[in-house]
Amino acid sequence: MTLNTNSSTKYVLESTDFQQLIDVLVGIGYRVIGPTLDHNAVIYDDITAVTDLPIGWTDEQDAATYRLNRRSDEAFFGYVIAPQAWKKFLYPSQVRLWQAALSNGSFEILLDSEKPEPMAFIGVRSCELHAIAIQDRVFIEGEYVDPTYHAHRENLFMVAVNCGQAGGTCFCTSVNTGPKVEAGYDLALTEVIDHETHYFVVEVGTERGQHVLEQLPVRNADKREAKLPKTITDQAAHQIKRHLNTDGIKELLYTNSENPRWDEIATRCLTCANCTMVCPTCFCTTVEDVTDLTGRQAERVRKWDSCFTMDFSYIHGGSVRYTSKSRYRQWMTHKLATWIDQFGTLGCVGCGRCITWCPVGIDITAELEAIRQTKAKGETIKEGSDENIG
Amino acid sequence: MINLTPQLKTQQLTDPMQPEPFRVKRVMKESYDTFTLEMEPVNSERLFTFAPGQFNMLYIFGVGEIPISISGDPNQPAMLVHTTRIVGAVTKAMSKLKAGDVLGVRGPFGTGWPVSAAKGCDVVLVAGGIGLAPLRPVLYQMLAHRDRYGKVVLLYGCRSPEDILFRKELEKWRARFDLEIFVTVDYGDSDWHGNVGVVTKLIPKAPFDALNAVTMVCGPEVMMRFTAIELQKRGVQGDAIALSMERNMKCAIGLCGHCQFGPTFICKDGPVFTYPQLQSWLAQWEI
Repeated sequence: MTLNTNSSTKYVLESTDFQQLIDVLVGIGYRVIGPTLDHNAVIYDDITAVTDLPIGWTDEQDAATYRLNRRSDEAFFGYVIAPQAWKKFLYPSQVRLWQAALSNGSFEILLDSEKPEPMAFIGVRSCELHAIAIQDRVFIEGEYVDPTYHAHRENLFMVAVNCGQAGGTCFCTSVNTGPKVEAGYDLALTEVIDHETHYFVVEVGTERGQHVLEQLPVRNADKREAKLPKTITDQAAHQIKRHLNTDGIKELLYTNSENPRWDEIATRCLTCANCTMVCPTCFCTTVEDVTDLTGRQAERVRKWDSCFTMDFSYIHGGSVRYTSKSRYRQWMTHKLATWIDQFGTLGCVGCGRCITWCPVGIDITAELEAIRQTKAKGETIKEGSDENIG
Repeated sequence: MINLTPQLKTQQLTDPMQPEPFRVKRVMKESYDTFTLEMEPVNSERLFTFAPGQFNMLYIFGVGEIPISISGDPNQPAMLVHTTRIVGAVTKAMSKLKAGDVLGVRGPFGTGWPVSAAKGCDVVLVAGGIGLAPLRPVLYQMLAHRDRYGKVVLLYGCRSPEDILFRKELEKWRARFDLEIFVTVDYGDSDWHGNVGVVTKLIPKAPFDALNAVTMVCGPEVMMRFTAIELQKRGVQGDAIALSMERNMKCAIGLCGHCQFGPTFICKDGPVFTYPQLQSWLAQWEI
């Protein structure tokens, strides 16, 4: 079959041929990762067959609510978003940084020389592409590069999938991160199920993507089919119920550190750290130094950490952020305000995970609005007001 | 638990996350809870160059790692010097090191004091407690090039006479005609004939030209906050005040997130900041 290979050309891959996409990626040498069903949730994990996908399932999400339901069709990507973000592969929750051994009255650092396998992600949503782009800024584009993240990231093959429906906690439209994928993918798929047909409209983002596409049994999409990615994602956008008002968001939070709403949130927040674990942009880590029983060999392990713990801000004498109020304030102010100064973007992509997975259903969009609406009790501390003290 | 498999190999220490072994040459007890370590690299003859105000991550094998400012002389890069107070597991283990023992060093990290900007100006150093340690390299630097600066003033406050850090050195410096050293303690005893009170009380009468002074402040956060206010009352401009901040740190390269203070990462944007960079945040609790 001859294909028109203009870069804006769209293609059609029948659902019955989807296995070939996985096979081609495996053939190139990728470790293929996509959505699977596990523990009554959609979990990104290794896949080798179409049957590993959560075929015919969808997820119901709301504040503090997540459950899987049967769909009336056999959609491969009929859920909205998985609880765990892709960061668990790019920036694993535990990484051994080095080992060390005592020798000749000193110590020697020993590094793992293993290179990570190249990975291909299938099923990355638009907000998740944005989250990865944000983590790129943190780990690759700054003064220091994180070698683990960089090694995983540089060979990553990205198969994005457009959202056909919105979840109950989604608000990507507020932060311009979706639902339609616009950039950062090798291949982008839109799943189409109508009447007796089930196929994917395929868009190509890179030469690598083109190379993979050429090995698939695709045909050119017709005019109607080529419009479907937009039509379908427009429908999803209309289903979005939540809204984050980003007007003057940095100044709002910079001038409301004493807003009484923080005290109110603190009466509900359990400081459990769930929001930071599921957040696709949260990047904080701690290190643990341990030895074996002989005390002659040691290692340093880096683990995900959370600004909601007391240990996080511990310095001699105690924790700097000893109230839950200050810890929630730190997290939200970082996501929505200081992140802008640090990395030039919001630290939030509107995926809604923090709302779904908060055990008490705290909703970042609602809390921001409450802060906007709550008149601060006292005047916010202004620069130089200290001069009146003493 | 730990299995050193054959695929591991020793590599060159270029990764900022890998400690380099340094051997302790000398340990000096400064006070009942502070001590100074002098150390040299184990594997190389390399000189440890640093800017006054920078810090290192110090690792005690298998125990842990903490950020500590460098307290030595920048003109003597063959010897790395750190002064520390015993406050936790790592500093306690560090206090037990003896000459010949080895510890890990990563660094130097962060920004330094505005030493070159101070040329031609009066220099006022305000230190609280162990905060004198990160300022000592500035004094060494200024004494090495004394003619470049106007008056050099140190205002030092600590809890009690027995907390005074670098006491012998301070006494020696106080005898010089080209240094102005003032010490105050929170609580004196019957043998103490010096100032009593917080360090900010020394600012109004300290001899310096406020309109042509560069000031450097290091101590507890609340002390730095009110020192900056007092200095401004004397007429020092906000951007002529430098502060050195402290927070929990795990990486020292801006990736672990722990040291955030408002929009700044203390480890890479600091630890030394100008007062206007921090002013609005210093007045808030639990930042």
